[in-house]
Amino acid sequence: MAINQTMTAELFFQQVPYILPEITLAAGALIIMLIGAFMGDKGARLVTWLCVATIVAAGSMAVLHMPPEQVVVFSGSYAADGFSAYAKLIIALTAGSALLLSIDFLAEKKLDKPEFPVLALLATLGMFIMVSAHDLIALYVGVEMQSLALYVLAAYARDDARSSEAGLKYFVLGALSSGLLLYGCSLVYGFTGSVNFDVIAAQVAGERSIGVVFGLVFILCGLAFKMSAAPFHMWTPDVYEGSPTVSTAFFASAPKVAASVLFARVCFEAFGPLQKDWLGIVVIMAVLSMAIGALFALQQTNIKRLLAYSSIANMGYALVAIACGPEFGPKALLVFVSIYAITSVGLFGVVLSLRNTEGERVETISALSGLSRSNPLLASALTMLLFSVMGIPPLAGFFGKWEVILATSASGLLPLAIVLILASVVSAFYYLRIIKTVWFDEPHIAMVSVGASTTLTLTGATFVLAALTLLIGLVGSAASIAGAGFL
Amino acid sequence: MDTLPILSILTWTPAVAAVLILFLPQLIKSPEAARANAARWIALVTTMIVFALALWMTLAFDETKAGYQFVERADWYGMIQYHLGIDGISVLLILLTAFLMPLCILASWTSIEKRVVEYMAAFLLLQTLMIGVFCALDIVLFYIFFEAGLIPMYLIIGIWGGKNRVYAAYKFFLYTLLGSLFLLIAIAWMAITAKTTSIPDLQAFEFAKDAQTWLWLAFFASFAVKMPMWPVHTWLPDAHVEAPTAGSVILAGVLLKMGGYGFLRFSLPMFPEASNDFAPFVFALSGIAIVYTSLVAFRQTDIKKLIAYSSVAHMGFVTMGIFSGNEQGIQGALFQMLSHGVISGALFLCVGVIYDRMHTREIAQYGGLVNRMPIYAAVFLLFTMGNVGLPGTSGFVGEILTMQGAFNVDPVTAMVAASGVILSAAYMLTLYRKVVFGVIVNPALNTITDMNAREILIFVPLIAAALYLGFQPNIIFDQTATSAVALVDAFHANFK
Repeated sequence: MAINQTMTAELFFQQVPYILPEITLAAGALIIMLIGAFMGDKGARLVTWLCVATIVAAGSMAVLHMPPEQVVVFSGSYAADGFSAYAKLIIALTAGSALLLSIDFLAEKKLDKPEFPVLALLATLGMFIMVSAHDLIALYVGVEMQSLALYVLAAYARDDARSSEAGLKYFVLGALSSGLLLYGCSLVYGFTGSVNFDVIAAQVAGERSIGVVFGLVFILCGLAFKMSAAPFHMWTPDVYEGSPTVSTAFFASAPKVAASVLFARVCFEAFGPLQKDWLGIVVIMAVLSMAIGALFALQQTNIKRLLAYSSIANMGYALVAIACGPEFGPKALLVFVSIYAITSVGLFGVVLSLRNTEGERVETISALSGLSRSNPLLASALTMLLFSVMGIPPLAGFFGKWEVILATSASGLLPLAIVLILASVVSAFYYLRIIKTVWFDEPHIAMVSVGASTTLTLTGATFVLAALTLLIGLVGSAASIAGAGFL
Repeated sequence: MDTLPILSILTWTPAVAAVLILFLPQLIKSPEAARANAARWIALVTTMIVFALALWMTLAFDETKAGYQFVERADWYGMIQYHLGIDGISVLLILLTAFLMPLCILASWTSIEKRVVEYMAAFLLLQTLMIGVFCALDIVLFYIFFEAGLIPMYLIIGIWGGKNRVYAAYKFFLYTLLGSLFLLIAIAWMAITAKTTSIPDLQAFEFAKDAQTWLWLAFFASFAVKMPMWPVHTWLPDAHVEAPTAGSVILAGVLLKMGGYGFLRFSLPMFPEASNDFAPFVFALSGIAIVYTSLVAFRQTDIKKLIAYSSVAHMGFVTMGIFSGNEQGIQGALFQMLSHGVISGALFLCVGVIYDRMHTREIAQYGGLVNRMPIYAAVFLLFTMGNVGLPGTSGFVGEILTMQGAFNVDPVTAMVAASGVILSAAYMLTLYRKVVFGVIVNPALNTITDMNAREILIFVPLIAAALYLGFQPNIIFDQTATSAVALVDAFHANFK
């Protein structure tokens, strides 16, 4: 719709409300950057809070301005619908919480400069564009905007060799994947004559040329890299481990939502008629991600690396939901990734709170021994989050997996569900190892108290998770409304 | 909903108490000992209240009706409903749970010294989940209660267990999880196919023959592990040996019953044709379980392990009875589940009594206990006889009925099972002789004291139950008959 309309001033102002969240984020980023520049490093805390407020405002706007049916604006390049509104809310929620986590951590590391929150804000803007992208240009702009900000966040601890290495590794591999993505986009454009998802879908529905399939493969590979789905996952453990933990907390939550939602939108909207072409790719990626994520995590001793493999496995589950197709996939995907992203922020909140007797931060699993004695509240929160990510009822994580398994049954992909449960059992083993260390082992370290904003976020994430468990019906209906657009 | 939501009250009261106990450290700023005491008393009072409510519910239950009673129904998540209700099959299992819990709390009164607050909270949470399993009438709700029970049990074994507790906790968790996840896939498939997750509706739904086979196998994977049936029973001895006494009591008394309950609630009514086809398979496994695990039990040197293997053998009678598909078999299986809950629970408590004093479960370390502990010797004898299945104890009724039920269908298995009765007498009497009779060889036993008032108090209700059920089994059958007959009729209606 509205593809060949000439953009008049009147039309432009009619369409502006649909991109109000993005305008808020962009304008906010520019203004806050100026505030940061004037105030210098001592304004870091204020700037962080301003960024959080902007993100929350943008997220709520996305939901409040949600049109009842999909509206495609700006010459067909941008879609506002329930699917993107839901994703934006979750992105705002998790990105905002991850930013809150950063305040204490960065202040302690003497890294509290205003760049960090502003970059995170720009990354959030990129994610908002990703989930609403309705043509290949918007897709690429969103992905790049997000990625460039994230590269800097990975290398943010500039005096730390590990952080610089992580940033460089992320950048080089990320640039490669962006290249793949762009090449795919150009092939698709070349063979269909359009960058618009609707036009592409109409073109490939008729006669399908092999060039489009090539383009599709390149695009999916590029997006799989951003999702850190196997076999494009290699960067994940290294970057997660090397980056400052607050950056990792950020990587592990909101960008995963954005990338998986974009992946789904590309598959369902632009290449919907080619389902039998992309299904095989998605299934292979899903199975590989689940297997690699589950098996490689077994031998990790660093909790950040372990969570990296755990996120690979979880992206595998998200891909299972996407494989279920436009009818059953969207709802399962939204429920699953939203619960996963919230749990993920909570888990990194716990990691950020861990210190040994000298007050140094610890990242090894063995350092958690006896946490239940030294800090029972933190231990309970960690345990609950881990049981949730394991998918044990009645915690929220169970409902994510339930939706995915339900979708596989409905779409006749039961073998994928069997792989999923096998991966879940193997993953349960390493999550249980953390719980074992926390509860069953004798303590040999003492924990000092954690900072106020970390406590706030951690309590927040745990409470949201607990509330999600109780209000899971609400999440389910919201997601089913949001996911119904592809029917 | 015009009456009191008794099932919700029963289910959630322990959970509320658990939360209260967990917040004790915030409420009472007194020393740890006082908090521990408060936790013990709250747990005891709560479980007593729940027992009283369960008793009231059982009396108010109308045993002449076949359908579900005390039904509560509300929308919850998508097609999943908060749907509770009980029939003759579940009502007594709830009563059994409520009956055993106060005894478990009492048995842990002094033997649990560290982290009492968390321990009591974990037990209360477990009670909520166990009662929830038996009254859930939505299959996903059932699964949630069923699976969530892993969390407190994992912690109970892992934190308060014996030397090898971490291994046992892992084995318990992963074994059960793998079984249950196949169940989850089957549930998802059924929900999509039948477009409902309500258990009564699913029981009425006719699944295609091929589908029944796969679904039956998926359910079997879960319930056979839980039961546990040979050859997937290997987690049970480890879990039993390492769990604290009360954990073993709950494991043997209630958690194992979830498997049998699952067969009765799901496998038979929902997949009658597959159940019929697989019955010889189940009979074979039951027969092997009864004979093989009895022989294994005979060779054990650890008292708890011996009783654990004996549990597997006794569960063999239950599966045999259930899949005989006739009234005697099913009534007998239900009776055997209840009776085993009382007797094996009591046997684990008996082990707990001497373990608390000697801190060993090695049979060789004991002998001649009768000289120092006459009351204990009498109590232990009674439950040994109950486990053997001596007429007059509750153990006899279940075994004879399940064998009778199986004999109508498969005489060979029934005869094999009958040999299990002899074997159980062999290993139980040997155990009793080695532990209780003879002269005291181990000098440490010279100062051992007999049971104190608290311990006697724990055993009085168990003795009463074992004997009463043995002499008056009709009190059980009156409650279960209507539902069992309805189940059997519905089952056979498929083969006319």
